Amino acid sequence: MTGVIVEDVEHGRPSPLALGDLDRLLLIRHFENALLRLFGEGLLSGTTHTCLGQEHVPVALNPLLREDDFTFSHHRGHGHFLARYGEEAGALLAEIMGRRGALCDGVGGSQHIYHRTFMSTGVQGESLPVAVGMALRLRRAGHGALACAYLGDGTWGEGSVYEALNLAALWGAPLLVVVENNGIAQSTPTERGMAGTIEGRVAAFGIPYLRIDSIDLAAVRAALTGPVAAVRKDAFPLVVEFVTRRLGPHSKGDDTRTPDELRRARAGDWYERYAAAFPRRFAEADATWRRYVDDLVAEVSARPPAQWTVR
Amino acid sequence: MREPVRAERVSEHLNRALHDVLAADPTVHVLGEDIADPYGGAFKITKGLSSRFGDRVRSTPISEAAIVGTGAGLALGGDKAIVEIMFADFAALAFDQLMNFASKSTTMYGRPVPMPLVVRCPSGGRRGYGPTHSQSPQKHFLGVPGLSVLELTPFHDARALLEDAFAAGRPALLFEDKVLYTRRMFRDGVVDELFRYELVNGLARVAVEGVDGHDCTIIAPGGMAHRALEAMRELLLEHDVLCELLVPARLYPFDLGGVLPRGRQVCVAEDGAAGATWGAEVATRLYPVLWGRLARPITLVSAADSVIPAAPHLEREVLVHADTIRLAVLEALA
Repeated sequence: MTGVIVEDVEHGRPSPLALGDLDRLLLIRHFENALLRLFGEGLLSGTTHTCLGQEHVPVALNPLLREDDFTFSHHRGHGHFLARYGEEAGALLAEIMGRRGALCDGVGGSQHIYHRTFMSTGVQGESLPVAVGMALRLRRAGHGALACAYLGDGTWGEGSVYEALNLAALWGAPLLVVVENNGIAQSTPTERGMAGTIEGRVAAFGIPYLRIDSIDLAAVRAALTGPVAAVRKDAFPLVVEFVTRRLGPHSKGDDTRTPDELRRARAGDWYERYAAAFPRRFAEADATWRRYVDDLVAEVSARPPAQWTVR
Repeated sequence: MREPVRAERVSEHLNRALHDVLAADPTVHVLGEDIADPYGGAFKITKGLSSRFGDRVRSTPISEAAIVGTGAGLALGGDKAIVEIMFADFAALAFDQLMNFASKSTTMYGRPVPMPLVVRCPSGGRRGYGPTHSQSPQKHFLGVPGLSVLELTPFHDARALLEDAFAAGRPALLFEDKVLYTRRMFRDGVVDELFRYELVNGLARVAVEGVDGHDCTIIAPGGMAHRALEAMRELLLEHDVLCELLVPARLYPFDLGGVLPRGRQVCVAEDGAAGATWGAEVATRLYPVLWGRLARPITLVSAADSVIPAAPHLEREVLVHADTIRLAVLEALA
């Protein structure tokens, strides 16, 4: 399976979006923009990590995942959650804002969410061994469910990633590892933090690997439908590396990239490309979701503080 | 009349407990380095498990963080996991999984999340294994919200210990003194011709039957029990000092379960290195209860503030022996 590569960035017109996809993409985009705005206004505490520029990854994957698949996410996980549970955007925002109706009563906050079969944790590389255990459990259950774990490029500095890949390969864990390589770990460019490549590292374990450099949802799904089905059927780990761009700061106001670097990052943004390819439909949906998120922010902001009800 | 069958060794007892737990509950998994047959683990505690229970019992690569994390993943998914760390010293490699994932997951998502995970850690010195294979690192795992610290004892039923830990729904470390493995379990309330024991609210209380006026209550984890008993025997026979011994199976959170020390002096003995010890935590819990009754501060006995040397004569200088306890009690009562 190794070597299948989808590349289309900055080339041609993307395929038409399936019903609902544009809605999900725009919900995530406006949700994340709203968070940065709220921080700017001093209305959010703590920290947050937005996935601006990477929204298409979980949205593309969403129809390939089943409700009984277990997803593990990380610090930059709002998009992963919203792609799957978009209808819970208010509960996620309440969690981030510490308001009533929060997903986890405001205890977990932005980086620690557990809802149905979705869990995020805040420590790099920590979730991959846990995902292996979950995958083994799902394999034993015999219903073809898999564990899906999102990692960033920076996470490949953690030793537990390699321990977990080794176990997953040895024990036939149905594990889909989704790497969002946005080229920068907080402030450190990937090439200054990673010797070799993710592909090379994965190959060392004999684990199948795919690289996707595309924001075209249909193309991504076409490339991954067969491999993801095989992970379920034959129970093995698969690593899919998405080449992405982080448009925003690591958390907030901490972007040290030059204007030129930021321009290059923005050049691959799905938002601009879909806006150009389907102008009328896009503008309409964009306005709708901008308004939706504005209303959501107003509604959640007006709620009373979250209460930690069951300890 | 036939001699009664001798009590089983602690290692046999624990092995049988694991067999029983796996047989009774098909959702229990055991993971650990070199635990599969025919090797059966570095201390043979898992012998026979892989032959009997197939891939629920897996020998793993040398990856403490990942196997503890995998155990947590199995637990999160609704199964239960026992992970063996070959030497307790190596639990440090899994500290993130324990402190930041397994224990926190039980509460950080705003509602209780069961995490039936027991991490078994053969611990302690007196085997000449040197600085990184001899430690009793229990104290490093105290005070972590959501994490229980247990220790194997020659009094407590190991199967109940494991099943109670699972039922509690929070991850637990189970420390197992390596020398204790070779000793025999106590049973039927009898320690020897001098001492009897009873289990009260999860606590083993060892004393001379029908006698009051205890000079000292010694509190010690299971791995220290035999040394504490030896000290008690000498204190009684040589010095006419009457002691009782309390052995909890759960070191943290520490709770005497309503059992009050009867001695006018209290001594806590443990194998960990001096400084920020388990004994300090026990004393902190006991002072409010015993304040006004104690004639002097609680005596804390621990290993020296030192690495544990490999050479037996040097190791001996650092660790706690029956004599260490005996002298500490005499000094406190002097």
